[in-house]
Order: sequence, then C-alpha cells, then structure tokens
Amino acid sequence: MTPLTDIGQLAEHYDLVVVGAGPAGLSAAARAAELGLIVLLVDENPTPGGQIYRAITTTPVKDRAVLGEDYWRGSSIVGRFERAKAAYAPGCTVWSLGPDEGEPGTFEIGLSLGGKARMIAASQAILTTGAQERPFPIPGWTLPGVMTAGAAQIALKGAGIVPVGRTVIAGCGPLLYLLASQLAAAGAEIVAVLDTTPKRNWTKALAAFPDFLRSPYLAKGLQLMAQTRRRLHFVSNVTGLAAAGEGRLASVTVERKGAAETIVCDTLLLHQGVIPGVNLTNAAGCEHFFDNEQHCWVPKLDRWFASSVPGIAIAGDGAGIGGAESAALRGEIAAFDAARRLGRLTKPERDRKAAPVRAELERRLRGRRFLDLLYKPAPQFLAPKDETIVCRCEEVTAGQIRDAARRLGVTGPNQMKAFLRCGMGPCQGRLCGPTVVELIAEVRGRTPAEIGYYRLRPPVKPVTLAELAALPQTEASVEAVVR
Amino acid sequence: MFRPMRDLAPAVALNFTFDGKALKGRAGDTVAAALLANGIVACRETPVSGAPRAPYCLMGICFDCLVVIDGIGNRQGCLVPLAEGMAVETQHGRRHVEEV
Repeated sequence: MTPLTDIGQLAEHYDLVVVGAGPAGLSAAARAAELGLIVLLVDENPTPGGQIYRAITTTPVKDRAVLGEDYWRGSSIVGRFERAKAAYAPGCTVWSLGPDEGEPGTFEIGLSLGGKARMIAASQAILTTGAQERPFPIPGWTLPGVMTAGAAQIALKGAGIVPVGRTVIAGCGPLLYLLASQLAAAGAEIVAVLDTTPKRNWTKALAAFPDFLRSPYLAKGLQLMAQTRRRLHFVSNVTGLAAAGEGRLASVTVERKGAAETIVCDTLLLHQGVIPGVNLTNAAGCEHFFDNEQHCWVPKLDRWFASSVPGIAIAGDGAGIGGAESAALRGEIAAFDAARRLGRLTKPERDRKAAPVRAELERRLRGRRFLDLLYKPAPQFLAPKDETIVCRCEEVTAGQIRDAARRLGVTGPNQMKAFLRCGMGPCQGRLCGPTVVELIAEVRGRTPAEIGYYRLRPPVKPVTLAELAALPQTEASVEAVVR
Repeated sequence: MFRPMRDLAPAVALNFTFDGKALKGRAGDTVAAALLANGIVACRETPVSGAPRAPYCLMGICFDCLVVIDGIGNRQGCLVPLAEGMAVETQHGRRHVEEV
C-alpha cells in the first residue's frame, strides 16, 4: 500500500477507484490489487477501518476486552490491504462521480485532499461508502448532549473518551446492545437502556427464526443481550421518547404502557438501526429501490454487486445492511467482477475464484432477516409527532411537512425541498430524507416506495468555490461562459 | 461531556484554542473529539434560529460539528485531525456579507 498525502501524487487514471476504507473497500482494493489491477482507495477519514473498525491502527484503547474481539478482527483486514500494491488516499473526499464525457467508458471522479480539488479518471468504480444510522427524530434530538449511539462508539474507538455523568441509551437494533456493553466496559455510567423494539415485531420475526437458529449471529447476539439485560437497567416496550433542556440536554421523558417517566441525564445516545448511505450512489445515477424488510432505500444490484450504471459496483453495507463480515466478502466479489470487466479474468475464472467467497457470504447473511424483522422501527419513530424537528439543518418540523403534504398537495420529497428547504442544508438530506418520505407517505396514504427519494446531485460533499475555480478548465467549459 | 477512559495509550499533547481559550488535546484526535473531551457543550449556532448544536454523528454526515478552523468556516470537526496550534472557533449562525 502506498499512502498519498498530496493530491498531486494521484495518477491521472486508475483501473479501479474504490471509495471508502471500511471492510468492504479494504477487501475490494486488496483483492483487485492482488489480481493485478491498478487501484486507488480513497477515504475521507484520516485512518483506515471505516466505522466498524474505526481507528483500528491508532486507537488509544489498550484493554482489548472493551471493544471486543470482533473489533480487533479488523486488524487483519487492514493488514492485508497494507501488504497489497494499491494506492491509498486518506483524508480525501469524493464529491462527484460521473461519466467522463471526453472518454466514453470511463468515469471522472472529483476529489478533494488537503484543500485542493482534482479530477481523475477510472475505468471501474466500487463504492463502499457504507451505512449510516437511521435518523431517529424525537423532540429535542438537536440539543447538545444528544448524539447517536454510533457517535459515542466512534468517540470511544477513535479517542478513548466516554460520556461523563448520567448516560441513557435508547432505541433498537443489535448494535444497541453492543454499544451499551462497550460503553459500560469503558467505565461510562449508563443509567438506563430504553428499548423501543415493538412487541408485535416478534410475531413477524418468528417466521425467520429457524434460519436465525443456524446463523453466526445467534450465540453472539444472545450473549450480548443477556449481559446487557443483567448488568444494566433495561427498560423494554418504550413507545415514546422526548429529550428536553435549555441549550443542552437535561432529561429524557419515556412513554411506556400509557405512562410517562422523566429521567434526568447528561447524555442521550440514540440508535434506530443502520441504513445504506445513498448520497454518492444516488448522485452517481445508480437506481435504488425501497427494501420493505430493511425499511430503507437500497441500490439495485446484480449478484456481482454491479449497479444499474455499467462500471459502478456498490459493496458493503451500502449494498443493503449485512454487517462487517459480509461487507468484506461483498467487496471481494465486486473486485472479482471488476477484474473480469477489465479483461483480467475470464467469466469462468471469476466464477471459480468467487465461489468460496460467495458460499461464506451466504453463511454470514443467514439469520439477517430475523434481525431486520425484529428490529424494524415502530411507526411513531419513523414519522414523529408534529413538533419534532425533522430536517436538522433547516429546522423544518414534522408538522410543517405534514401540512405542506396535506394542504399544498406536495407529492414527493423533491417538491418538498422547494417548499420548505428540507434536505437543502449542509447534510444534503442524509438526516431528514427517510423521515420526509415517511411523512409524505403517511399523509397521502402511500408507501415510501411510491413516494420516492431525494434526487441527489454532486457535489455530494462540500468543496470550496476556490477549489473548483482552481481546477483545470476544458475548452468547452471556457466557451460556455466566455462570450 | 466526555472524559478519557482509564488506561489509555500515551499520546503527544497538542495545544489548541477554542474561541481563544487555551485547551489541550491528544495527537490522533479529531477536532470534534478534542472539543468533546474538553467539555465544550456546543460548537455552532444554526443559521435558521441560532440554536446551539454539538457533534451528533461524528462520522461526517450530520454537519452539526461545523466549526471555524484557522479562519476557515464550515469545516467538519469530526473529519479534521487536531494539529498543534489550531485556532478553533464557534461557527455563529449564517454568514454576513463583509463590507469592502
């Protein structure tokens, strides 16, 4: 692996550009390099690992038991990439990806590193931009002191810091238990774990239970759950949450069985499962569909993780939530296909090499459906009460969105942007998109699939005007503005 | 709001300022992590209502950790590694046109 720290060090062209250095990106880049491709791995973070293996090479946390053996498995994934002959650009942001108009069949990728922008070309792209936590809008979720559970985990992995004072963790999903146990092991004072898993989900999830019994999730999950329930104050069947405070969090009010209870706290960590981050894949023109079981937008992919745009594959949790182990395997499979597309492998070679990886992937994904069905968020957390801020950037409430959908007949999220500016702030809809869709669907009596999603456009990450202006200009672009 | 857990690997101490106040961080921290570790409650005020905000996702997607770093606004504190001598400031609301 060759680290690149200056944007001038990047080549003009790569066989393959991989975006995101989590397990999928690291494995895709390593495998592709092992197959002889000229590879660049770009990642916006300063060190490799993505979110799940965040700071795996630099974490100051010494006690291995705090983060658990699953975390440390990331070392071997990074190690393999470090031994591979690939270029690696950390701290480098991808802000656009589109067809290179000058050279059909290749992509033009807009990058920014160290305050300088540049366009490079790639024959193939594998987008491994991963997942984000599902937006969990409750009243008061914008107060300082409220953050995502994943953020607390990142703070722990990256900087070895834990919340001070009374900490409450709320929401649902397997990661909730993991985080609770990690933070407790690191010495945080967790006064309550509030579980919002709807009771009725069990009925649906039971259909997928036989598969779960044979899955690698089972033993691990049950152990973690039992530990959390035994050691921490665990409250189940939570149906409503509201954070309150003046300028910062002071308490959280919990609704349960028709009664409300207020817990005084300093930190509230929210988690409602994870969903694919679709901003780059959507802006690159890849088609997406609404996955009803995972209840989120997922790119349309074939069995090699190729998207609807020829030459762009999407692997890892960005391809649909599957977890860290399956992310790495998906990355490998996408890399085999990239090599085939570039003529480095024949179809039979690709199929033969990928077969054992695919078998392992199937094993890893077994039982996933049970988790998806069990931890599907309750409707009141997907489409919250009117007073709740939905778009954190532009401070648009659920009530405003419902009102615009009802009185003005707004039919979709893109029109809603024009009326209310939701999704037009710096996060570009990442924290409001799913909720806006849900609210319009609720008012209009439609499904999220029928409502659609934001049409996202580059730049998908901020880039300064100065950086853009300093890019080399083509004759066509000069002619477009000079009369 | 955050504190270092016990038994951390040693790190080089870095000096930086937040709104002019001298603070210390650890090499390897991001700006956002260093602010949290120093007990900074809010790092920006929103352009719409001026409400205080603090880092929310720490993974580059929420933009609530936007701060001014060495005079440049709209920097994502959770993606910028802390460096010796950095001057970090609260990002106050919306920008105003500077008089020429």
